[in-house]
Amino acid sequence: MSGTGYQGKKNIPHLTSERLLIKGGRVVNDDQSLYADVYVEDGIIKQVGENLIVPGGVKVIEANGCMVIPGGIDVNTCLHKPYLGTPPVDDFYQGTKAALAGGTTMIIDHVTPQPGDGLLEAFEKWQEAADKKSCCDYSLHVDIPHWHEGVKEELEQLVQEKGINSFQVYMAYKGLYQMPDSQLYEAFSFLKELGAVVLVHAENGDLIAQEQSKILGMGIIGPEGHPLSRPEELEAEAVFRAITIGNRVNCPVYITKVMSKSAAETVAIARKKGSVVFGEPITASLATDGSHYWSKNWAKAAPYVTSPPLNPDPTTPEHLHSLLACGDLQVVGSGHCAYSTSQKAIGKDNFTLIPEGTNGVEERMGFVWDKAVAMGKMDDYFFVAVTSTNAAKIFNLYPRKGRIAVGSDADIVIWDPDKIKTITAKSQQSALEYNIFEGMDCRGGPLHVVSQGRVVFEEGKLQVQQGTGRFISRKPFPDFAYQRIKYRNKIMNMQGVSRGMYDGPVYDVPATPKYITPAPSAKTSPTTHQPPPIRNLHQSNFSLSGSQIDDNIPRRSGHRIVAPPGGRSNITSLG
Amino acid sequence: MAEGRRLDRDDDLPVYLARPSTADPVARQKYGGLFCNVEGAYESKTIDFDALSVGQRGSRSPRATNREEQKPSKQQTNFTALQSGGETEDKTQSAFEREDLQPTVTKSERLLIKGGRIVNDDQSFYADIYMEDGVIKQIGDNLIVPGGVKTIEANGKMVIPGGIDIHTHLQMPFRGTTTADDFTQGTKAALAGGTTMIVDHVIPEPGCSLLEAFDRWSKWADEKACCDYSLHVDITHWNDSVKQEVETLIKEKGVNSFQVYMAFKDLYQMSNTELYEVFTFLGEHGGIAQVHAENGEIIAEEQARMLEMGITGPEGHVLSRPEELEAEAVFRAVTIASQTNCPLYVTRVMSKSAADIISQARKKGNVVFGEPITASLGTDGTHYWSKNWAKAASFVTSPPLSPDPTTPDYLNTLLASGDLSVVGSAHCTFSVAQKAIGKDDFTQIPEGVNGAEERMSIIWDKAVVTGKMDENMFVAVTSTNAAKILNLYPRKGRIAVGSDSDLVIWDTDAVRTITAKTHHSAAEYNVFEGMELRGAPMLVVCQGKIVLEDGNLHATSGTGRFIPCSPFPDFAYKRVKARKQLAILKAVPRGMYDGPVSEFSPMSRGGTPSASTRTSPTKVPVRNLHQSGFTLSGPEEAPIRPAGRRIVVPPGGRSNITSLS
Repeated sequence: MSGTGYQGKKNIPHLTSERLLIKGGRVVNDDQSLYADVYVEDGIIKQVGENLIVPGGVKVIEANGCMVIPGGIDVNTCLHKPYLGTPPVDDFYQGTKAALAGGTTMIIDHVTPQPGDGLLEAFEKWQEAADKKSCCDYSLHVDIPHWHEGVKEELEQLVQEKGINSFQVYMAYKGLYQMPDSQLYEAFSFLKELGAVVLVHAENGDLIAQEQSKILGMGIIGPEGHPLSRPEELEAEAVFRAITIGNRVNCPVYITKVMSKSAAETVAIARKKGSVVFGEPITASLATDGSHYWSKNWAKAAPYVTSPPLNPDPTTPEHLHSLLACGDLQVVGSGHCAYSTSQKAIGKDNFTLIPEGTNGVEERMGFVWDKAVAMGKMDDYFFVAVTSTNAAKIFNLYPRKGRIAVGSDADIVIWDPDKIKTITAKSQQSALEYNIFEGMDCRGGPLHVVSQGRVVFEEGKLQVQQGTGRFISRKPFPDFAYQRIKYRNKIMNMQGVSRGMYDGPVYDVPATPKYITPAPSAKTSPTTHQPPPIRNLHQSNFSLSGSQIDDNIPRRSGHRIVAPPGGRSNITSLG
Repeated sequence: MAEGRRLDRDDDLPVYLARPSTADPVARQKYGGLFCNVEGAYESKTIDFDALSVGQRGSRSPRATNREEQKPSKQQTNFTALQSGGETEDKTQSAFEREDLQPTVTKSERLLIKGGRIVNDDQSFYADIYMEDGVIKQIGDNLIVPGGVKTIEANGKMVIPGGIDIHTHLQMPFRGTTTADDFTQGTKAALAGGTTMIVDHVIPEPGCSLLEAFDRWSKWADEKACCDYSLHVDITHWNDSVKQEVETLIKEKGVNSFQVYMAFKDLYQMSNTELYEVFTFLGEHGGIAQVHAENGEIIAEEQARMLEMGITGPEGHVLSRPEELEAEAVFRAVTIASQTNCPLYVTRVMSKSAADIISQARKKGNVVFGEPITASLGTDGTHYWSKNWAKAASFVTSPPLSPDPTTPDYLNTLLASGDLSVVGSAHCTFSVAQKAIGKDDFTQIPEGVNGAEERMSIIWDKAVVTGKMDENMFVAVTSTNAAKILNLYPRKGRIAVGSDSDLVIWDTDAVRTITAKTHHSAAEYNVFEGMELRGAPMLVVCQGKIVLEDGNLHATSGTGRFIPCSPFPDFAYKRVKARKQLAILKAVPRGMYDGPVSEFSPMSRGGTPSASTRTSPTKVPVRNLHQSGFTLSGPEEAPIRPAGRRIVVPPGGRSNITSLS
């Protein structure tokens, strides 16, 4: 085993001691690239460099100057999320196959407990399904459907024993998953203490519910009702609110599925102001737009239904790519959640019942290359960063994942920047009978994909095995998100002003306040009841003259204040 | 009497319409000044004054008193008089006066202001102003006026429309007591500062009737106010009966603006859903939605945290209400308003970030108005850390003053650039003893600062003297914009023939030092204590009477009239109306989906996002093969598609669900 040790106790179920040498490639990490050979043994990168000394009988792959990049990490998939009892058509097997075919060697799936179920229970269910079927390494996010005291214990257990460091909360889906601001505040505070990353589905659920009933009332029942009832403003508003709460609690916030310009702008502005916030556009928002919702063909319009919806503004994908390329958005997920047409048809007479989700796990890396790198917006380092490295850093997988370096996992992709492929449902790995990117040409694609040290994709052919995927546990407090938070914690201590007791007259308040202005109502406060106004002349430390303790409080120059604050004042001489 | 008035109105009209042919008054309308007005410009401005005059519409309201009804009648008479020429004016007028004389309106004071520079929000010019019966009768040079008129020499000083303070809380009940300034004290302070009209907030207790509260407030104000007033009504809870009352208030009582709260959890705070409903309702009925924008949920959490940390002094107030929470709520309010297509008015813009959100929203085309208040323009939140509890507590208001000392300057800049629209005072004063209710717990400190008296001077000193703003803009933000938002323009907020004679001679050079010793408010504290302000009113005319002259205030309580505001102010609703016509959503006509539908458990247990319990037209998917509208071929409407997009399959074409390609 490698000396790095983070492979640790991990049992590798599939005895691969395959040895592999990748020759003559350009190794591209997020910070640099170099021409080097890569030698892999036991699923670990053992050597990177030129003229490597390797044992005989090693399988050699000639990269011929192509890029050798860390395998992609898809941070947002839903491969096991049932909708009204029906599972998505892409399960962990189908889904990870599609991922590998697109150059993605690790996925992080969302555990979505059904309301009322325990988080742990759901987590175990997901883990079992994935262990059985997954073809590549995986990890799990856990969604918190609602907030109560019992959840806290489960969260603690998940973080400390199960290796989960990211949890999703919902600001939408009223009456189902949605949390009010005060619960979000509590959830953020608690998750921050645990060192977890908070993922937020940001849309204003209250307003969506209103809009939905309005639009259904107008007789709009087709898929176009979906974007009409979820305008981008509602997304931007919720993003803003999530960031505000994150700032207050001093907690990193990760916005899943950034679908619109204004939401992306909000993230960008917040980052400029110093908030620790990450934005994740998905394949669909980067490659297509919401004009398809108006298609005359219901079965064509419905596959695009996802939340937040794709934006009807056709310039959105380009804008999102620009922000991705300048670092304002960090990670590309796929939001892959595949429901067949007949499943989508559950909502054929009511758009609110259409199961939400688009495909994208296979196309993810290709479209980022096609629309950002090939268009000159982004260089190849950044390509590696947004498709793999940043995700590994945010979720504390780095440098095991997301980098080609000695000791890292041998998840490697040989990328062909010139490969052109036409996306079509006929040739895709996903089990879906449609593809929302149908007919689009895409430049760039993987030539070889190495997962866990084995070649799984070669010459357009997949060779995968169910159940080879390992669960990768993740530690809390990822530096990428938490380093700044820790420093800010230190300086954010607030202090009260120590001042003498107020000993002037106090207006007598009737016992039952019929008319309370701003009071925190039922909240606990140290002094819930007003003590009767005791005037203790002996304890007064008011002084009528002389320097005061707050004399050194910075005062704006040009501020004409004759009476210095605190000085020359006791309450009997108010002049 | 009522009949007589009806008659007048009938008489009025023909004369009124005939005006262009009656020649006389035109002769003397030679305006001097910078712009040398087009002849008769003021006629056309005031020609439909009758229609605009809100006072008359108010006479429908059942609570309108005699005193109030008399006002419009006088106005009409005045027009007759004016039109029939200078000489007859005197006679007709006096005849009517004798008839209509009421104890409250003592004497129809006639007033001539000579040699002033009239400053409106759009232009300035030198002209004399002649007023009679509380209405401006003539503007121009060399006016022909009856003898024995009191003349005031303005000596080239600015003559501006009296200020309108759009946000006050006078005589507000609080836990069995009321604010230190009642309607008399408060309006006196306002008049002393050059403000001739206030708009107070009616705050019904949650669960109580809005109408009752409105009646209570207007009774108090009728008894005591020294200047004209109008009322906002706060909506503190929301249900169908409140809806009814709001409609009554708009249609019959002359209230067009309603405030909702996003803060004060468990008391006034409304959920997003309720806000959506309120805004929708107001948008349909022509009301202005005012909003107290702070995120109350998070404030409650932060307050609990502060108290736990042992911070109980006034500094806890500002620490538990950071400016982000204000900005967040403003953003949310803007979103909801834009969804519901309702004009939004954000009361008390206290921080840079909240003001930025408003200016961004305005740039995007949202109909939103921001109101900074005297305190946020004149001082900052550093005082919360004062060692003197009583001093620190006097600054407590929400949203709090921002501790960033550059905030006032920034807000003044945005005000000057038009991103913020109007300045209120949020005058709400409590005595130190009242503030001391919260001496051991900052959350109990009653909130409010003074500012009615200092409002205009602060803006002059901070914005005009510093060169940020010109005098026309000064008039706009202190008076005209408020009048437009309330639909009182041009009766208020403008110096023009036919407008109410509320005006101020503004002394740009006067310097005064603000101190609680000399201010007119009853509070023992003044948050602007010790500030030297340039610019002050030299003379204030309210309802045609001089109320401030040589520093002496001659205000009579009970002379203030309720000025009803009519709904759908053009200033806010013109755009909204146009957008309503555009914003009609349409469904896509498409054939019925007749492919397979997968089985699903109707129990929406866990699952993706479904609207769950929402009502839906058809819960169970019924498959009707006869109604299929699918065709296998033929052109279909293509949606808008960006150029340069590689799509082999045209959207909608070449597709039925059996060939998904």
